[in-house]
Amino acid sequence: MMALGPYASFIVTSYVAAALVVVILIGWVVLDYRNQTQRLRELDRSGVTRRSGRSATDRS
Amino acid sequence: MTLIDLANPTRFLALTARLLPWLAAATVILLTIGLYQSALAPDDYQQGATVKIMFIHVPNAWLSMFVWGVMSIASLGTLVWRHPLADVAAKAAAPIGAAFTFLALLTGSLWGRPMWGTYWEWDARLTSVLILFLMYLGLMALWRAVDDPSRAARAAAVLTLVGAINLPIIKFSVDWWNTLHQPASVMRMGGSTLDKSFLIPLLVMAIAFTLLFVTLHLAAMRNEILRRRVRSLQMMQASRVAFSSELGAGSREENASKEAGAA
Repeated sequence: MMALGPYASFIVTSYVAAALVVVILIGWVVLDYRNQTQRLRELDRSGVTRRSGRSATDRS
Repeated sequence: MTLIDLANPTRFLALTARLLPWLAAATVILLTIGLYQSALAPDDYQQGATVKIMFIHVPNAWLSMFVWGVMSIASLGTLVWRHPLADVAAKAAAPIGAAFTFLALLTGSLWGRPMWGTYWEWDARLTSVLILFLMYLGLMALWRAVDDPSRAARAAAVLTLVGAINLPIIKFSVDWWNTLHQPASVMRMGGSTLDKSFLIPLLVMAIAFTLLFVTLHLAAMRNEILRRRVRSLQMMQASRVAFSSELGAGSREENASKEAGAA
């Protein structure tokens, strides 16, 4: 077991906060991606196409 | 592939789809190694185990400035070269930079309480980093306040370049003023003053956090391109609806005048 001394709470809080912020950032990016692709699928279903003629969900 | 080739958002999306899994895997591996080495690092003779906070504080502090540097280059791309992805890059980087700056402030504060006896001191380094954090928030607010992305991009680019003046102030604040914050110990003339047992985990964590930034930034840029695609398709849909309703109203008026003429 790692000994963190009398200031263990400060060390643990720092690492937990960093982990939390990183998880929030990853969650934000993943949820935003899902949201945008969902909206593109809905537009595709309603028949809207890009100026190039490709469907809304086409990544090419 | 050159920078010009990446000006095409579709090519950029294809590239990120290929790169993101590899970048994410490399980030996870390096973070695991860095955390393992940080856990095994010895206690400092003065700081004791609180030196472990440095392994996350320092990479976040570096990245807080690095991300603003990336945004400044992207802003030049917007204003000077008018690169189509430059403002996408700047906008996507801001929330990530704000998160790293917040972590640098928080972990620094949590280190300061046991070492300095205070969570906060209005000295030059701490205050200039707090200003950097507020500038990130201001920039994010500016992006949200203006509907048209190209207008928002120009205003944000000017603000970003003005804010870049703060970067050398942060870096050299510990040399220019008498501050509570210790001077540079890694990136300095004459080499690092850190022992290898601290320097190696610190550098591994710094590379891991930089990879984390690159991964998140590319993913956020992809999201921003998709968001703009959604916006332009919605506008196209709205204009089609308006056009067809105008057409309908026009033919109704024509029929009504014909009927009136016949009567």
